[in-house]
Amino acid sequence: MIVEGKVVKLGDKIDTDVIIPAKHLKYTDPSYLAQHVLEPLDPEFHKKAAEGVIIVAGRLFGTGSSREQAAIALKAAGVKAIIAESFARIFFRNAINNGLPVLACREVTAYVHDGDEVAVDLRSGEVLVKNRGVSIKCGRLPELILNILLRGGLVEYLKSAVN
Amino acid sequence: MPQSLTEKILSRASGKKVSPGDIVEVNVDIVAFHDLTGFHVIEVMNEIKHATIFDKSKLVIAFDHMVPPPDVRSAEIQKLVREFALNHEIRHFHDVGSGILHQILLEEYVMPGQVVIGADSHTSTSGALGAFAQGMGASDVAAIVVTGKTWLSVPQPFKLLLKGNLREWVTGKDVALELLKVFKSDYFNNMSVEVFVDVGTKFPMDYRATVANMGVELNADSLIFVPDNEVINYILSERGYKLDQVSIMPDLNAEYVDEYTLELDRVDLLVAAPYSVDNVKSVREVEGTEADVVFIGSCANGRLSDLEISAKLMKGRKVKSRCIVIPASRKVFMRALELGYIQTLVSAGCVVTYGTCGPCIGGHFGVAGSDEVVVSTSNRNFLGRMGSPKSRTYLSGPSVAAATALCGKICEPGDVL
Ligand code: SF4
Repeated sequence: MIVEGKVVKLGDKIDTDVIIPAKHLKYTDPSYLAQHVLEPLDPEFHKKAAEGVIIVAGRLFGTGSSREQAAIALKAAGVKAIIAESFARIFFRNAINNGLPVLACREVTAYVHDGDEVAVDLRSGEVLVKNRGVSIKCGRLPELILNILLRGGLVEYLKSAVN
Repeated sequence: MPQSLTEKILSRASGKKVSPGDIVEVNVDIVAFHDLTGFHVIEVMNEIKHATIFDKSKLVIAFDHMVPPPDVRSAEIQKLVREFALNHEIRHFHDVGSGILHQILLEEYVMPGQVVIGADSHTSTSGALGAFAQGMGASDVAAIVVTGKTWLSVPQPFKLLLKGNLREWVTGKDVALELLKVFKSDYFNNMSVEVFVDVGTKFPMDYRATVANMGVELNADSLIFVPDNEVINYILSERGYKLDQVSIMPDLNAEYVDEYTLELDRVDLLVAAPYSVDNVKSVREVEGTEADVVFIGSCANGRLSDLEISAKLMKGRKVKSRCIVIPASRKVFMRALELGYIQTLVSAGCVVTYGTCGPCIGGHFGVAGSDEVVVSTSNRNFLGRMGSPKSRTYLSGPSVAAATALCGKICEPGDVL
């Protein structure tokens, strides 16, 4: 599975309170949440994301609370994948469970710039910077995680398990 | 091969011998959610048609985030979750006024060696009792409610030894902040911190709960206190139940990725300055910063010893900052009442209310306005966490918070005596 898009670069420790502030957590409707994604950082971010972007970020993306709305909001806003130096554990699971591809990649911020066009191969963990012909090898997702992701998230995965 | 506590717990829970790096399916002993994540868990369960509850006795629900409901939507959410609890005859359901989920889990349910998963990141708190405890999102928790199982990646165990004893006014929160200062918030990725308390070191359950609570701020997969007599005594005093012995311990020669010894005598009074938990400074570096609001409470520091130390400082004095105090549970509230702490705090000018998250998540009961400075005993100071993105939060332990309320600006307990 290959995901392509234009890079929007963010910094270190983008936390869940910044991704979707607590006042929006009483709702789970993806289109509502999308309007408020990363609001404290940039109230216009959802417009940027709408064209289908790939976030490249530094350390500990998604640190903070267990709010699954953080992953839902990013995905619904148009974020096609997130590549970060490292992730907070809960956010990482939430993203996979909602079919939002996430890839940990130690050196990604050094090689990928804002506005780059990248293609991410989720199976091999390879990131290709198309406009500069650079290719980076990131960590591969374990089989189980890849399966949940490829089925579109945990609910779909569970449906087949329960019914 | 000798095993660490983490490996032992996960081996038992998965029914096979595990090693760090393995991805394993485990049986979950306790699964929990609150009002704000609960409705989301139930929504996910409804999406998985024909979903049934695997084992009702393993599910704990407590309302804490929007308690009592500050708006109509919150009331509707609680109606939905309450109906779910009643329809499914969930015995371990704690309605408005009981307290914060993580505190209730400690007081009533968790046992050493268990796997505890809650739909809230600070589920890590239960590591204080020697459990492997993690927060997860609504989908993962819904899956556990339905199947009783989840997958986990077995973390690398890390050994932390606490030695010596803390100086006066220095508490568990300062230890948590010291760890954030030394290791920063992403050193422990994919690790489980096993905390050994040296013989002769006094590190009571309240402090353990604070450190385990902040384990998630260290991004540790879990932070587990190796169970000892303190745990046995705590369970006896809270539940009247005598554990003969702690049945699960790390092996003597277990392998750890690394070790660290923290000399408690050397831990200073600390704060985390805006806007990250690992932006740790000594109180002396930021003293004099005017504090509009002081919040003493939350699942990090709303326990009896926090109220005790606050009352000790506030006795016969008056606060200069607006001060909000929230005991973490009804039990804590009742004891603080009996011991006179509540009277002292109210006399000093604090607003005191029953167990709720309140200002910690910028929900209600004291949301911060623009340019306001909050000194809080809670666990997160992210941009906008406690209200306006233009407010600033300093995290501290209870003694620094109480002293600050009295000084009207950040100060040390010694400055008010
Ligand atoms: S007190 Fe704060 S950190 Fe603890 S559960 Fe409530 S909102 Fe979360």
